Amino acid sequence: MYRVDTYPTDRYGDFDLRPGKPIPFGATIVPGGVNFSVYSMYATTCELVLFNKREREPFAVIPFPEAYRIGNVFTIVVFDLEFENIEYAFRMDGPNDFQMGHWFNKDKYLLDPYAKAMGGRDIWGVTPDWNDPFQYRSKIVQDDFDWQGDKPLEIPMRDLIIYETHVRGFTKHESSNTKYPGTFAAAREKIPYLKSLGINCLELMPIYEFDEFENAKPSPVTGQQLLNYWGYSTVGFFAPKSGYAATGKYGMQVDEVKTLVKELHQNGIEVMLDVVFNHTAEGNERGPYISFRGIDNKTYYMLTPEGYYYNFSGCGNTLNCNNPVVRNMILDCLRYWASEYHIDGFRFDLATILGRNQDGSPMHNPPLLETLAFDPVLGKVKLIAEAWDAGGLYQVGSFPSWGRWAEWNGKYRDTLRKFIKGEPNQTLAMTRRLEGSPDLYDVKYRGASASINFVTCHDGFTLMDMVSYDHKHNDANGEGNNDGSDDNDSWNCGCEGETEDEGIKFLRKKQIKNAMSMLLISQGVPMILSGDEFGNTQYGNNNTYCQDNEITWLHWKQPEENKDLLNYVKHMIELRKRCNFIKSKQISDLCGDSIYGYPLISYHGVKPWEADFSAESRLLGVLYCDKSEILENQDEFLYVAMNMKWESQYVELPSLPEGYDWYIFANTDMAYGEDIWDLEDVKRLSYQPGINVSARSVIILIGKP
Amino acid sequence: MESIVTVVKEEDILKVNIKGKLDAVKAPELMDEFKKYMNQGIGKIVFYGENMEYMSSAGLRTLIFAKQKLGSNVEVYLIKPQEAVLEVINMSGLDSFLKIADTF
Repeated sequence: MYRVDTYPTDRYGDFDLRPGKPIPFGATIVPGGVNFSVYSMYATTCELVLFNKREREPFAVIPFPEAYRIGNVFTIVVFDLEFENIEYAFRMDGPNDFQMGHWFNKDKYLLDPYAKAMGGRDIWGVTPDWNDPFQYRSKIVQDDFDWQGDKPLEIPMRDLIIYETHVRGFTKHESSNTKYPGTFAAAREKIPYLKSLGINCLELMPIYEFDEFENAKPSPVTGQQLLNYWGYSTVGFFAPKSGYAATGKYGMQVDEVKTLVKELHQNGIEVMLDVVFNHTAEGNERGPYISFRGIDNKTYYMLTPEGYYYNFSGCGNTLNCNNPVVRNMILDCLRYWASEYHIDGFRFDLATILGRNQDGSPMHNPPLLETLAFDPVLGKVKLIAEAWDAGGLYQVGSFPSWGRWAEWNGKYRDTLRKFIKGEPNQTLAMTRRLEGSPDLYDVKYRGASASINFVTCHDGFTLMDMVSYDHKHNDANGEGNNDGSDDNDSWNCGCEGETEDEGIKFLRKKQIKNAMSMLLISQGVPMILSGDEFGNTQYGNNNTYCQDNEITWLHWKQPEENKDLLNYVKHMIELRKRCNFIKSKQISDLCGDSIYGYPLISYHGVKPWEADFSAESRLLGVLYCDKSEILENQDEFLYVAMNMKWESQYVELPSLPEGYDWYIFANTDMAYGEDIWDLEDVKRLSYQPGINVSARSVIILIGKP
Repeated sequence: MESIVTVVKEEDILKVNIKGKLDAVKAPELMDEFKKYMNQGIGKIVFYGENMEYMSSAGLRTLIFAKQKLGSNVEVYLIKPQEAVLEVINMSGLDSFLKIADTF
């Protein structure tokens, strides 16, 4: 059968045309041509402007005929286009009235909000021609791909171990030893490393197309250009960052990302995207026309009654997320990434904005969040909220979830840091954090899997810096050290920054091992910041959003230099994978399936069963016990003694059933080689009744027959 | 210069010569040509790349198409690709199923 609607009905200049289909929005390859469709509620006319790749002057301007408009959607099919070599824009006319919220300007080239790829920033860091009026250039992509049977992995949330990284920083350093440093292709080369580390979810900081030159300026320290390196400022929601693709110069970024996803999946690793829907790169009233502003400002942005942009994002504007049209765009976008790219999950930057009404007020049942929670296509996709925004809305523990949304648990981070630092009053709070924060995530509704546990993330100090700096050192950011958080709960271990003092260096590494131990024995979903497993430093900079240089690029000599750290983290991950009882069970009554009647989780002090929650207590013992999944009719015990006091403490161990003994798995106070053991090679404690836990140390014991 | 693609069958080997660009203009033509050889016992497809200057996204799809459609065990060879083409193939991960060589 041949379709009867694949022939042109009209002609304009050299082009054959026919009325397009309004859905899907964007540019879609159809038999014989390309279907273009764009929504605008207030535009009076719309033109399609066609350019040859990278050319400044268009080769065609085709007005959408009035007869082709359906509702508020302009549609057209243009036949016989060499779609691989074309870049396109829309131009729209309509009212221009600031107070009414209308910004139409018929001279501006506008990016398609649904552009599946973008030109104009093809290669990272290549300074654009600022005189070119067509900066952000929509491209047409083929959506077929040889997936070889791949689909999202759907690893249960409780088994997830997330690794957060920046595509460019991950491999840009020459020591990464990759063919195309700083790209998706290079990340593919690092899959064996990720696999050996043991993580099973790679979370990528924003890969939606952004402009690294947004707010670019010279560094006051080095004179080097400071860029929008992190990319939390979306230009195109549907387009992958071309500058992160080795093939970006050929316009093949879509295929490169898909290849990365496919190969990660083949190696048992999920892919999560950090997505930024709270604002766009168009900035405040002085920002550029990129897309939404010229297409339908009033629909896409939250505006004050006077026509100004609300700024709940801290970035100049706020996407109008609960406008029905914008809501649909976000849904379309996530469905696209989930189905076309096989993305396994999304982490939403400043997600509380997604729960704000069109006037900015927080809503009780935000339709967007509900839609995402129940969407059929997103049904198995992981949804994670950064449950706060720059407008002061803080919803950790109370983000509307419908049992679907998880959260970055900021309170987990704060408690662990304070405890590790040795602050008073933390042991009781630590019990909550170890249990998956039931004080925040009711076990009856959400459970521990709603808690994304982390000690560090891209925002703030790296783990090495958390134990090397009391204060942030952000002068290189060019903001007079006023940017970045002042509340870091960090401690430099006796000297600010780099030191040759072996005692301090040992203590820092020990504190890192302490933190990793706690993170990986906590109920909930652990997240590791890329590089923390081998002691990566950012030299005390706790807000490296603009540093595209040695400060942020991972140094791949460190895995060898700090092999003790890497070895420790690998073993802790191995332990977590092996012990199901530390993976987010629903512990509503703290009872497991122990044969001998031990609780699943219990707390202890210097005396067993007598945890000390007083203000000055800095020691906590936690005992896990559950029926063994390997040995028949046996229990398994895991005991973790955490002494964050500045002096050692003798700890009496909880007694075990007859025939069981304590074996040592880890002691962070020991030197490399004796700090952690293979699970098959744990050493029996020569003295079973108790153990000395050194100052600021963690000891992990396994109880078995 | 117009790009030229020729396909010749020799026993169970399909020899593909490409001069110029293999892009969205030429790729559909080549795919149509491949269709003629479906279920004809093709065992090997050899792309001669010495004169191929450029392979686009659509061009890469012809390699995948050949692999998928011309038989389950068909081997795909790429002979003497130019640097730019080889780079694209490496970067996009297609090198995993192609046999790349200097001669056939």
